[in-house]
Amino acid sequence: MARKEYSFYPGCSSERLTSASNYMVSVESMCKKLDVQLNEIPDWNCCGASIGYAEGGELPRHVMNARNLAISEQVNKGQDVVATCAACWLGAKETKDRLAHDSDLLAETNEALREAGMNLQYKGEQEVRHMVEVLIEDLGYDELKKPVVKPLEGIKFAGYVGCQTNRPFGIAGESFENPKYLDKLVEIVGGEPVEKYDQKVTCCGGALAFSEPEKSQAQIKKIIESAYDHGADMIVTPCPVCQMNVEVYQGQINKRYGTKFNIPVTYYSQLMTVAYGGTAKEAGLNGQIIRAQRLEEIAAKR
Amino acid sequence: MSDLNTSMVEQYRNNFLKEVEANVEGGTWVKMCMQCGVCSGSCPLGPAWEHPPQELFMMIRAGKREEVLKSESMWMCTSCYNCIVRCPRELPITHIMHGLANYAHRLGLAPKMNPTRRFAKMFWNNLVKSGRVNEIELSVGLYFMDGFKTGVARAWAMKDIGLGMLKTGRLNPFGFLTHKGCKDKRGIHRMLKKAREIEDRRKGLAA
Repeated sequence: MARKEYSFYPGCSSERLTSASNYMVSVESMCKKLDVQLNEIPDWNCCGASIGYAEGGELPRHVMNARNLAISEQVNKGQDVVATCAACWLGAKETKDRLAHDSDLLAETNEALREAGMNLQYKGEQEVRHMVEVLIEDLGYDELKKPVVKPLEGIKFAGYVGCQTNRPFGIAGESFENPKYLDKLVEIVGGEPVEKYDQKVTCCGGALAFSEPEKSQAQIKKIIESAYDHGADMIVTPCPVCQMNVEVYQGQINKRYGTKFNIPVTYYSQLMTVAYGGTAKEAGLNGQIIRAQRLEEIAAKR
Repeated sequence: MSDLNTSMVEQYRNNFLKEVEANVEGGTWVKMCMQCGVCSGSCPLGPAWEHPPQELFMMIRAGKREEVLKSESMWMCTSCYNCIVRCPRELPITHIMHGLANYAHRLGLAPKMNPTRRFAKMFWNNLVKSGRVNEIELSVGLYFMDGFKTGVARAWAMKDIGLGMLKTGRLNPFGFLTHKGCKDKRGIHRMLKKAREIEDRRKGLAA
């Protein structure tokens, strides 16, 4: 039996051939090395993400999240729900939070849930947690360090935490303005965190990267510029939207601003997979549009 | 839509604050704002807001109904939650902005061409269809939302990104055909229909 078991909510962007499929690949490898078992919530649905509110309104959004949690309560009994995506985690946690404090909304949610299959009822029995919380709180930094066989020596990482893994809930014991956990994770895998990375909690524009590209790219530019200014070789993040926005628009930003950005943007789970001795493929490094060459080199070392 | 708007105007007469409290997510908090402006100063897209949050709150209290509901401002919210964690009065500002946008949209007052409104609508319809987001359908839909010609130009401008995503296995070129989504689609549709009915009844938005 695995050391730890969780009820897993992977989310839309984690599926095969989607924008964060490389995140998912590395999470699976990382969890395998750490002997953590993820039990996927059967037939999970989208959380509504951060712009679902406009058409979806309030109750439909909570009902979507409550469906996932209710299935989890029914199938993965006694386990905490774990999400890897910031928006999935936030959406599910927000629903849990609201329903815990509003009995009318809870009754309405369950009334709607009865219309779905599986005879569902949301009770609020399980905690909703982010993968990072599980790593830090249930395993702890010391345990996370043990499997390191290939320290990421000499690579400087700008730890870009972003918004939704950090606000409004955040990771217990961390500040909203200067959370340290990502830097600590970089340290335990032998990398060098950029100490004074001043854009670590700046918003990348989120979903507005699609609808307001110019405004969002101005944000992304700041995030990358600061990483370069502080000597970073790579950016690392816990969020799929942050990863995609900061990585894929570099070409457009270069055109717009005359910059020469070309910096890899990785996930914490990729760093850990490589440091734990995983291959480039196991770390999902073939999913980087801007190749994380130095990580690939370390992964290729015997 | 406009009938709904007329009935709301009649129901609440000159008391827009009451209307917001009854119909907007987090609306009961609006009166708690003390006009410090930390939210506006914390907003990543701050300069793009014609009326930043604290101004919207004062406008609601001053009964500036049309100006608030027709504003593009709250559609600039990126859901970064900076305002929420910094507000000294702990107003759920992000949620109130979402609530205002949703209410304006439901009443048919939100700016028709606002790109975030249009994208958000497309996004929700996309995820509802199968229970999970179909990314290729969403991106192609976004490029072509203003017709074929602009669509081709937009897709061309995005071609490097699209190719990059394809090459790295992060976009499914056959997603139109192969995207499966949830098994219980019908159950999800029934559930969402019910949720909408309940919410509309509670908020007096039922047709």
